[in-house]
Amino acid sequence: MAGVGSACLTIGLFTALYAVGASLFGARTGRREWVDSGRRAVYCLAALCVGAFAILESAFLRSDFSYALVAEGSSTSTPTFYKVTAVWATQDGSLLLWATLLALFAGAVLFLTRRTLRDIAPYATAVLGAVAAFFLLLMVGWENPFDTLAVVPSEGAGLNPLLRHPAMMIHPPMLYTGYVGFSIPFAFAIGALMTRRTGADWIRATRRFTLVAWTFLGTGILLGALWSYSELGWGGYWAWDPVENASLMPWLVGTAFLHSIMVQEKRGMLKVWNVSLICATFTLALLGTFLVRSGILDSIHAFGASTIGVQFLVFIGCVIALSAVLVISRLPYLRSEARLDSLLSREAFFLLNNLVLVALALVILWGTFFPLISEAITGTEQTVGPPWFDRLATPLAIVLVLLAWVGPVLAWRRVTPAALVRVLLAPLAATAVVLAALLALTDARDSVPSLIMFCFVAFLLSVVGQEFWRGARARRTMTGESWPRALARLTGRNRRRYGGYLVHVGIGVLFLGVAASSAFLQQRDVRLSPGQSFSVGDYDVEYVRPTARLGGDRGGTGAPIAFGAVMRVKNGDRTFTLRPSRNYYATADPAKGAISRFFEGEATSEVDMRWGLRRDFWLAVRPDLVSLQKPIARADREFSDSPSDVQAIVISTLTQLYREKPPPATFRAIVSPLVAWIWIGGAIVLLGALVAAWPSPEARLRRVRSLYKARLGRELTRA
Amino acid sequence: MEYVVALLVLAALVALAVSVPLRRRGQAERLEETRVEELTAAKEAKYREIRDAELDHRMGKLSERDWRMVDGELRGEAVEILRELDALEGRTPG
Repeated sequence: MAGVGSACLTIGLFTALYAVGASLFGARTGRREWVDSGRRAVYCLAALCVGAFAILESAFLRSDFSYALVAEGSSTSTPTFYKVTAVWATQDGSLLLWATLLALFAGAVLFLTRRTLRDIAPYATAVLGAVAAFFLLLMVGWENPFDTLAVVPSEGAGLNPLLRHPAMMIHPPMLYTGYVGFSIPFAFAIGALMTRRTGADWIRATRRFTLVAWTFLGTGILLGALWSYSELGWGGYWAWDPVENASLMPWLVGTAFLHSIMVQEKRGMLKVWNVSLICATFTLALLGTFLVRSGILDSIHAFGASTIGVQFLVFIGCVIALSAVLVISRLPYLRSEARLDSLLSREAFFLLNNLVLVALALVILWGTFFPLISEAITGTEQTVGPPWFDRLATPLAIVLVLLAWVGPVLAWRRVTPAALVRVLLAPLAATAVVLAALLALTDARDSVPSLIMFCFVAFLLSVVGQEFWRGARARRTMTGESWPRALARLTGRNRRRYGGYLVHVGIGVLFLGVAASSAFLQQRDVRLSPGQSFSVGDYDVEYVRPTARLGGDRGGTGAPIAFGAVMRVKNGDRTFTLRPSRNYYATADPAKGAISRFFEGEATSEVDMRWGLRRDFWLAVRPDLVSLQKPIARADREFSDSPSDVQAIVISTLTQLYREKPPPATFRAIVSPLVAWIWIGGAIVLLGALVAAWPSPEARLRRVRSLYKARLGRELTRA
Repeated sequence: MEYVVALLVLAALVALAVSVPLRRRGQAERLEETRVEELTAAKEAKYREIRDAELDHRMGKLSERDWRMVDGELRGEAVEILRELDALEGRTPG
């Protein structure tokens, strides 16, 4: 079936190119049938990509090692969940995922807009076809996921142990859905520029896709942070790593876009800004994919060894050039239809919010690429670490939370100062109470930036709570409904507004968690023998005994060996037990001995923690295997040719030796306040986005009616 | 061989699918349908803006004077959309 999969990609490439050509031909000549043919080509592309993806998934599930990709990224012992998700752990598989998601999204949006945007849609089809063709060309020309091996191995290399975590495996499809989703508004923006139809039509048609893309990308970023926190052994969730930054940048610029398109919809303003923003968002999405897949982040020299780095750069260059040429040449058609009436207006603050978001993205862009630029110019890489990012990003984040509450209280066009003061009085009073409580009852004053953030978040929550309350009260005045019904109907009839408010609440709660856990974290690294103890914060921790296990690891990752510890943790009158461990995966390196290969391959931390709404207690262990080196070396000499069941007994004996004579192990303990609120905030953002994106009952009814009317029109014409 | 056979079969299927519109006739009368769709979406967006402005007024963010001005403008724009919709729907069959 590898041949069939490969054929799907080849035909898919030509189908995408046909979609480009047919759509453009139809658009230029006014021949509708060619436009429809181009759209059908995109539907066919979606089917071909899904077919190819299914064939590859099947190969992974069957552990068919004739596929080079399966041999490289899976094994017979890989758990089924990780076999399914291993497809996108490799470069080739992730390119196929990108292309498949793009084809599906493109098919969906073109189906939904098949009766609207007649001028713009053909150009959007051409753009989407061109992007799909690029990714298919990468696979057909350089990174074919259906390459087969002449000599089929009996076993695969297995999935990278670091990736054996549920959050990490769902993270790539979420990110890619976000990246791909932004191609939709980009394509329609290009179509709007080509046709000079620069009103709000293209924004209305693609707004939901933009919101879905933004939501998926944000969820993917959070899942990556969750993985970092619960899987890696350093105890943090964000390190300003270039790969993390690569996904955050398009999300920030996409957030700016989601706000500013509202201004264009309502007031016909910021047209140049909006098309520029979506071009920048899509470019950053491509850049994010390029940064992860090109190898350039390891070193600029590693870039040269990548097979697709240059192609990505050329494509990104073309996207930037096309966008710039179109925006500049269409400037006369992008003039605002209205002027800013007042600085005290929602549109003025949306613009300010945009500037802060874009500034934050630019700071991150500079910090991410500075090491590469310095290496290219000076020959030596100068790194930019988390302190640099924190210094610049923290004040911008505080300003963002400040602006997040201003937007809801303002109205479009203008708010009088008197009305603004009236609206802000209650939230200001609530915030003053919160500030007093924080100063009196907590150590919040020890970190001024955090204290400011806490106050701004309190203000934000008060403002949004007031918005819901005042809106429900206004509705009750008109309809006489009960409070719950008024609240539900208010939200239901104003989904974009109140869904957006929920998103703001979620972001505020998330920042609350970030501020508290960053500023008030307590950490200790200690080296202990069994029976010894230490303190961190107000926790007392005792190393009770070591553990050593063969197979059956808690996380279901398929690790053959795990060394760990049983730790008794006391906090006040509460006592609980934690069992951190470290998983060891066998290496396929032929230079390693038959026994030592089980102890000298990849190793991952299996953190244990006690989650809580107030704080998390996080514990990781790094066992010291030095004492086992001599017995392992001896076992290599004596049992290298023994059957596998004998070797298993030897390994079991070695693990027992560790349990009976454990050397000191190194522990890291972290007390992190309010970390759980980061994930809770993310969930609230997701809920708010769902509310905002959900179609209204009237819109659903209109779609059903229009389908019948269209059908009636066609049938009457044929009769 | 598997690759070549699959290539030919898939190419034929795709060619069949994309050629369907090229073998069809009679597209012109659907122009008005799409304009009706676009205007209906614009109408709903305008109604949403009118409701937003009214809600802002009831919540005290917009003064009476500002609200009446904004409401008047928005209703005028909505009327223009409705006029164009009525004209189109009067011409389309059904």
